[in-house]
Amino acid sequence: MSSPARFIASICLSAFAIIATSTPMKRALADPLVVDLSNHLVAITTGFTGTDVLLFGAVQNEGDVIVTVRGPDQDMVVRRKERKVGIWVNAESARYKNVPAYYASASNRPMDIIAPQNILQDYRIGLDNQRFIAVSDNPDADQKVYRDALVRNMQNAGLFNQRPAKISFLSNQLFRTDIHFPANTPTGTYTINVYLIRDGRIASVKTTPLVVSKTGVSAEVYEFAHRYSALYGIIAVIIAVIAGWIASVAFRKR
Amino acid sequence: MQIYLPIAEISVNIFLILGLGGGVGFLSGLFGVGGGFLITPLLIFYGIPPAVSVATAANQIVASSVSGVFAHWRRGNVDIKMGLVLLAGGIVGSTVGVWVFAWLRSLGQIDLVISLCYVIFLGIIGGMMLLEATRAIFRTRRKGPIRRSKKHQHSFIHGLPFKMRFYRSGLYISALLPLAVGFFVGMLTALMGVGGGFVMVPAMIYLLGMPTGVVIGTSLFQIIFVTANVTFLQSVQTQTVDVALAILLLIGGVIGAQFGAQFGARLKAEHLRALLGLLVLSVCLKLLFDLVIEPDELYSIMPGDL
Repeated sequence: MSSPARFIASICLSAFAIIATSTPMKRALADPLVVDLSNHLVAITTGFTGTDVLLFGAVQNEGDVIVTVRGPDQDMVVRRKERKVGIWVNAESARYKNVPAYYASASNRPMDIIAPQNILQDYRIGLDNQRFIAVSDNPDADQKVYRDALVRNMQNAGLFNQRPAKISFLSNQLFRTDIHFPANTPTGTYTINVYLIRDGRIASVKTTPLVVSKTGVSAEVYEFAHRYSALYGIIAVIIAVIAGWIASVAFRKR
Repeated sequence: MQIYLPIAEISVNIFLILGLGGGVGFLSGLFGVGGGFLITPLLIFYGIPPAVSVATAANQIVASSVSGVFAHWRRGNVDIKMGLVLLAGGIVGSTVGVWVFAWLRSLGQIDLVISLCYVIFLGIIGGMMLLEATRAIFRTRRKGPIRRSKKHQHSFIHGLPFKMRFYRSGLYISALLPLAVGFFVGMLTALMGVGGGFVMVPAMIYLLGMPTGVVIGTSLFQIIFVTANVTFLQSVQTQTVDVALAILLLIGGVIGAQFGAQFGARLKAEHLRALLGLLVLSVCLKLLFDLVIEPDELYSIMPGDL
């Protein structure tokens, strides 16, 4: 993230500090929770190499905080290689629905200390509690093994986080965490849930969207390639022919 | 410096891709092959999705072949009539190939088929070239009598109908033969993301009996049109041609090809063939190794809505 963005973010953070500490919260909600992002749009430009988004917020009364970030759902096929006639080939497969294209979570303390397992399960918090719906053409497949393989592959691609990130509390009321988006972040609308947990119960939830989209030249090229694919193909060929011809002419004089 | 590729949807190091294009372009100019058989595996290895690699390599080969063909054209080393007959087969073959590619991809077997195709074709052709070229080198060293070209030997090939005269190559053979060669190589272009020069060049020399001098120019000539066809069809069917990636590769590629062509003119033909044979065999062995060795990760994932 660029330094001006960080600067603005820190101003916002201090603004929240003032609001959270001085303004009396007179709303009906028992446990006020305010959350915002340094940026609600992750723009994938030509120079995009991944970015961090700062999530910050404030609670009025002490508690634990869990943040989950979930990308758009998609179908995923998991294939298993087997040795056949000496070479490794794709053999059995399993298909899953509702696999998020991106998933990350963060908490200020280990999640299993903050909340009991049934709460985490009910709210589908954390990688272990994601329900991927198997629409397998292969009912005999060991679902646990395939599911683990799916998670492992997504983690290796940097799209699922290996372990929950750290949320740091600046005082008892202010918290912040960085959400990392790698270079291969899929586009779409992401949902960020922030849970305030006290005494093993969810006291408050805030949901905020985040949009990841391509902008600038790369977005236009992608759009053009899908909308006018025939014209795109012709242009691709013409560019190649001209480039080859220019090179040939340029080198002829030597 | 990193650049985000719009179609591949990942960001890559711009200088690494330029260097890759340059290195392969040099070999392309040197041997008269499109270089796709190197560029496609290298792109996949770098992390570009296989489908994007294959389709984009075809686009890049258009450029490197155009720049290469001019040098041969000026020396009169292009048999246009032969090129057009090969091309007719190539257009049909590559169209069928793009369709087969999409079908295999839906079955999840495209990676395996790509690898197997590489191992089989590179193995056979690399081995044959190396063997033949080594023999030729030893023959000239001993200053023994040079064997006559095969074009005057008679085989079943000369009994085929639709005979055509190819003046530039000094051949009078059935048009079915170059048509079949063109069709077969066109299919490989679509399936493997290669120009097919490594199959085309030996087929022209050993099967059609064309003189070595016109083989490279003629093969480049027809590769231009077949790869252009594949680029177009992949753009329409799978939207996997990444123009940004292709431009980076071709900037490096066309420059490298010029140096390659100049360097190649100073080498003996049999030495060139021996070197190409070695190169082809080493790529083959690497791919075979990857197929046989147990992979670290037995499971792979792919978005299912493809």
